[in-house]
Amino acid sequence: MSKSKFKETAARVLFAIAAAISILAVALICLFLFVNGLPAMDEIGLTAFLFGTTWKPVSGMYGIFPMIMGSIYVTAGAIIVGVPAGILTAIFLSRFAGKKAASVLRPGVELLAGIPSVVYGFFGLMVIVPFIRTTMPGRGFSLLAAAVLLGIMILPTVITVAKNALDAVPKSYYEGAVALGATHERAVFNVLVPAAFSGIMAGVVLGVGRAIGETMAVVMVAGNQPVIPNSIFDGVRTMTANIVLEMGYAADLHRGALIATGVVLFVFVMLISLLFGAIKKRGEAQ
Amino acid sequence: MIGVEELLPVSEEIGGLSAPLEEGPAKMRVKDLDLHYGSFHALKNVSLTFPKNEVTALIGPSGCGKSTLLKTLNRMNDLVEGCRIDGTIELDGENAYTDIGVNDLRRRVGMVFQQPNPFPMSIYDNIAFGPRTHGVKGKEELDAIVEQSLRDAAIWEEVKDRLKESALGLSGGQQQRLCIARALAVRPEVLLLDESTSALDPISTAKIEELVGELASKYTVIMVTHNMLQAIRISTKTAFFLLGEMVEAGDTDALFTHPKDSRTADYVSGRFG
Repeated sequence: MSKSKFKETAARVLFAIAAAISILAVALICLFLFVNGLPAMDEIGLTAFLFGTTWKPVSGMYGIFPMIMGSIYVTAGAIIVGVPAGILTAIFLSRFAGKKAASVLRPGVELLAGIPSVVYGFFGLMVIVPFIRTTMPGRGFSLLAAAVLLGIMILPTVITVAKNALDAVPKSYYEGAVALGATHERAVFNVLVPAAFSGIMAGVVLGVGRAIGETMAVVMVAGNQPVIPNSIFDGVRTMTANIVLEMGYAADLHRGALIATGVVLFVFVMLISLLFGAIKKRGEAQ
Repeated sequence: MIGVEELLPVSEEIGGLSAPLEEGPAKMRVKDLDLHYGSFHALKNVSLTFPKNEVTALIGPSGCGKSTLLKTLNRMNDLVEGCRIDGTIELDGENAYTDIGVNDLRRRVGMVFQQPNPFPMSIYDNIAFGPRTHGVKGKEELDAIVEQSLRDAAIWEEVKDRLKESALGLSGGQQQRLCIARALAVRPEVLLLDESTSALDPISTAKIEELVGELASKYTVIMVTHNMLQAIRISTKTAFFLLGEMVEAGDTDALFTHPKDSRTADYVSGRFG
């Protein structure tokens, strides 16, 4: 075997191993989750587990419906708070900001992405929760606090992906629009944004994935009562919070039920990932 | 609701005459134009008159400034960073840079680009974009404008049954005629064509050339082309550019058969470029 051919083969093997490691990790996680979670689901009963509204491990009641709704509510709230701001920021960065504004804003967004979630949680605990407690009903630890905090946390994801989508729109679309007498604003909002729509949606979906999986920051501000909240000022417990709060001392079926919660969360994330893939494919087909 | 006619008055005022394209009333006029891109002197003291309802061709080798001149006529050069313009450009005797708002100027002076650039939306929405931009909202009025524009651009028969489909599904030649229809939909007075057939196959090119000939009865057409035969086929006036200077301008027949300048003679006989 010649030396260059050997090098080529060696490189190929190395890349294959590297790729295999990540696939293997995903496969092992799946295996672990389902092997440990499914028997618990079976023992509790799938309907009682998914749609039971009482979570009381000491009494042997393992209904995670409040946590499923909690995750959905908190994520929806994060979308309402973070997505409009994120998309508008992306549009501003991509098409309106001067060099000076962009040079301040872009590192700011990057920094936002780099802040550890426990620091976000601390910010929520010290600023958002007291603000809600003093100006609105309830104790402050609430769905609203979690939604606002998560809304801020998904900003960098939404902004970065949406901005890249907007930057990738061909210059000729813009030129075509202004050549017809359209203002800059009209060209941006009526031609460029629709053209980048699927990319912008991809950013939103990635943000949703981030929001539904976030744990630490949510635990610190959400109150964590395992009941379906009646208003945005009530406390809420998400699936991730459920796992992290009780895993330390859980045993036997309780432990299995927590892992099964992880299975449900995993299915949610898979669905989001499929949605992301579908949106991307649709964008490429255009 | 405001009708497009009320919004967009067509000026009847006609400018005076001036060299070097002397016949016919002037629609647009360029006077003592110097244009710099940063430190690069792209157009040098260009003066030129474009007669109304005629097709004027701008020819010359690559980089001679002909496209640059075209883009000053509807201020598309404003988008280029570091572009500086001295001299005056007039539309119907009004200063195109100071007397007319930039969006109004671009409405009155339409442009078709080298590469077809339909928006990624339906055929209907592509055509309706311009009228909607200028305040046309009624569905019936928009329908009428869309149909008329597509007819004027000789593409109505091909697309009338698929107006709701994406414009990106059309062939290159159809896309370019769609772009012409889109430009016509805002009822421009002048139509700028920037090498608008160079990306197309010969059959599509022939269709567009025929179309441009028909449009000249209603519009003042100014086209950049690197195809001299095309200039001969469809233009009545031609201006020859070289290295940022306008060397010679006049009737197309005269310029190609009896060029006055030796550089023009060299170019049209194919000795360089």
